[in-house]
Amino acid sequence: MCAETPLLGADSELRAVIRTATERQTKLCLRGSGSKDFYGGTGPGLAVDLSHYRGIIDYAPEELVIVVRAGTPLAEVEAVLSEAGQMLPFEPPQYGGGGTIGGCIAAGLSGPRRPYAGASRDYVLGLRLIDGRGQSLQFGGAVIKNVAGYDVSRLMVGAMGTLGVLRDIALKVLPRPRVERTVCFACTEPEAIVRMNRWAGRMPALSASSHADGVLALRLSGSAAGVNAALRELGGELLDDAESYWRSLRDQHNYFFTQAEPLWRVSLPPTAPPLKIPLPLMIEWGGALRWLVGDLDYAAVQARVRGLGGHITAFRGAPRNIPVFQPLPPALEQLHTRIRDVFDPHRIFNPGRFCSQQESDHQR
Amino acid sequence: MLGLNQDAVINPAQRRRLVRALRAFLPEAAVLHTEETLKPYECDGLTVFRALPMLVVRPTTESDVCRVLAICAEIGVPVVARGAGTGLSGGATPIGNGVLMSLAALNRIIAIDPLARTATVEPGVTNLAISQAVASHRLYYAPDPSSQIACSIGGNVAENSGGVHCLKYGLTVHNVLKLRVAMMDGTLVELGSAGCDCAGYDLLALLHGSEGLLGVITEITVKLLPKPAEARVVMAAFDTISAAARAVARIIASGIVPAGLELMDHAATNAVEAFAHAGYPLDAQAILLCESDGASDEVDDEIECICAILADCGASTLRVSSGAEERLQLWAGRKAAFPAIGKLSPDYYCVDGTIPRRHVADVLQRIAALSQHFGLRCANVFHAGDGNLHPLIMFDAALSDEVERAEAFGNAILMLCLEVGGSITGEHGVGLEKLDAMCAQFESAELASFHALKHAFDPLGLLNPGKAVPLLHRCGEVAARQRQRRNPQHTNLPVF
Ligand SMILES: Cc1cc2nc3c(=O)[nH]c(=O)nc-3n(C[C@H](O)[C@H](O)[C@H](O)COP(=O)(O)OP(=O)(O)OC[C@H]3O[C@@H](n4cnc5c(N)ncnc54)[C@H](O)[C@@H]3O)c2cc1C
Repeated sequence: MCAETPLLGADSELRAVIRTATERQTKLCLRGSGSKDFYGGTGPGLAVDLSHYRGIIDYAPEELVIVVRAGTPLAEVEAVLSEAGQMLPFEPPQYGGGGTIGGCIAAGLSGPRRPYAGASRDYVLGLRLIDGRGQSLQFGGAVIKNVAGYDVSRLMVGAMGTLGVLRDIALKVLPRPRVERTVCFACTEPEAIVRMNRWAGRMPALSASSHADGVLALRLSGSAAGVNAALRELGGELLDDAESYWRSLRDQHNYFFTQAEPLWRVSLPPTAPPLKIPLPLMIEWGGALRWLVGDLDYAAVQARVRGLGGHITAFRGAPRNIPVFQPLPPALEQLHTRIRDVFDPHRIFNPGRFCSQQESDHQR
Repeated sequence: MLGLNQDAVINPAQRRRLVRALRAFLPEAAVLHTEETLKPYECDGLTVFRALPMLVVRPTTESDVCRVLAICAEIGVPVVARGAGTGLSGGATPIGNGVLMSLAALNRIIAIDPLARTATVEPGVTNLAISQAVASHRLYYAPDPSSQIACSIGGNVAENSGGVHCLKYGLTVHNVLKLRVAMMDGTLVELGSAGCDCAGYDLLALLHGSEGLLGVITEITVKLLPKPAEARVVMAAFDTISAAARAVARIIASGIVPAGLELMDHAATNAVEAFAHAGYPLDAQAILLCESDGASDEVDDEIECICAILADCGASTLRVSSGAEERLQLWAGRKAAFPAIGKLSPDYYCVDGTIPRRHVADVLQRIAALSQHFGLRCANVFHAGDGNLHPLIMFDAALSDEVERAEAFGNAILMLCLEVGGSITGEHGVGLEKLDAMCAQFESAELASFHALKHAFDPLGLLNPGKAVPLLHRCGEVAARQRQRRNPQHTNLPVF
């Protein structure tokens, strides 16, 4: 789908590519390391490799802030943080071991710690981007609190690159917990949903949860004293090698995620009842995330999920005729189109990758 | 800044028409238009800006909010939303030819879900009322602005307010799951979800800190947290600000994220001690309050580490709270900082700016020098954990040029924040107060995209117009004024 790949390091090169695309009315497919090529819709365009704009601009552990260029590999960022005993609290996935920080923020995905520590958007403090007019724009900053201007930085998180090319990103980071332990329990799905929620309301040490094949797993993080107190209260059976278990969920390389396609991501209020769809099921995020594998009746499930206050994403390998992201109500769709007009008036970036109608009804 | 004219001429015929249209579906008491009934709404917490609105409307339901907006949109009248009016940047200052819509009467708690740990409330509910309503479930709503007994949750969202416990538990934006928002044309949208995310752009985040310019918030679903079993605070006194600042950096670098980490300078300490008798040593140059919360063993361990670091950094006094009462007493001083300064001086101006923490000592020293330069006293309270400064400038509005001097002093502090890579506001917002300072923080293209975003939400430009984002020509004038003073304009320093 995407044609040849220019290597873009400097802003000036990127601006030139944007200018040319505008003049020739062509499109650009923005790409970091390509670890999330499978995610989102597809459209025509010239693939733009952004992985050459890399490096850590500033990192002072005692500030709890790191500023990085968007093409920096996630693994590199994590390694640097880890050396100082810190981490990206939202535990971003590294699919296939890859991923750049820019792609991570553009896709807005988070890992097992999400419901307890917050999402990628919660840790973005500021960023600089190049918009569809080729302008360099900077929002937020490298400080923890900042309410000057609208919070455009967070708007970029999860926008799948449709509002600009992310360049420099400032993130809040946190100390790594001193101790982590995971305990398992045998229980049914409805029981697991209730327990996950009940414990979340009692136990600040909770930092990850999952349920599949009749096993509920809970991770506890914090100081030795805090984790031990929680373990005493919880009981259950300690899981060895828990780190690799949670990593296999985060990066989706365990059996559940690799057994078949399509993979559906259902986001729900955490206490929503079991969906009762006869497909393999993995619950994460304290009940708020439910993964399903296999063919399903999309229209019926979407209606059901919507009715429960959630949304469904065709995360991986679904048939082309199914929208990747759940369509928005008309008032919101209109608002999305107008916001896209602000940052990408010529519809250059990632056509077809995100919400649908913004592209088609627009001629400029 | 203070010369801004808010008293646009009221068109009596338009006012009559509007009163008639609103009274068609609202009770008489919900539409105010006489001078004495308008007066209580003439300003928010930043009292230097005052204006009487054309009228005040106090809807009691979401659907009435929508109808009021649709009518105003049709007639072309601007609308300023107001929560409790405690804002400190003039965000809720009325517009002379506009409607002031008070959301205070939308004050119901709609639902509490203890299992899902959420509360759904109307915008006029006060911040503290939420925590009180869920206390029996051993839950609470974490962001705790000092104004929490009065400020509304709608106002908190509109300002993205912070509080002492935000270092560990996040700002308003981190603790709100879902909003219902009435657009200027009267349509309703739902942003966010009771789950962890929703389809589309993160408009939920965008509404936080939007200061009533994008939509009127009519319903808020907040996240609730389990009440920590234990909380203890350490008070440490230091002979120099830089020793206190070093202690702050060391605590954070050691891997502890305290539940609160506040610093007060000598002037602030003395003011609050006289007022609240918290037991702070009066000779200290800096007082640090550092709180730990969690399971009780965990708190014991953490307090021990914190005390070791504080002692190692040269703390001259160390006091650890040993019960709930002592903890409240130690906090009482910090919490009373604003009223205590109010006792010392006829007027005070609370500045709000943020800096990277590593510059604390240097910035506080330069603020002291500015205080001499402008001939005005200044006391500093500081959310040290997250780099949020609150210099309190003392002045007397009755004296000839003190208002202008206080303002110039405040502005100099903001420029200092920018110089070291910070921001002109950490939590109080831009409102009317910081329009000029915005010109220094942002380039024209960035300001233009803010205006375009507003236009995307409010094409008629009727929601709280003139606030939060300066017009580009205003920035041109600011630059020209500064050139005249032969004071080279602050060049926008890249933060990255
Ligand atoms: C003594 C004191 C201490 C304070 N301490 C803190 C503190 O620790 N931390 C902090 O962050 N702030 C603090 N503040 C500032 C202030 O309390 C907060 O900004 C608060 O969130 C404002 O809430 P409010 O209901 O009073 O809003 P208002 O002042 O009524 O309005 C503020 C802004 O929000 C808009 N708005 C209000 N309601 C809505 C709505 N429903 N929909 C859309 N827009 C709306 C208004 O148009 C305005 O722009 C303090 C103020 C005082 C007076």
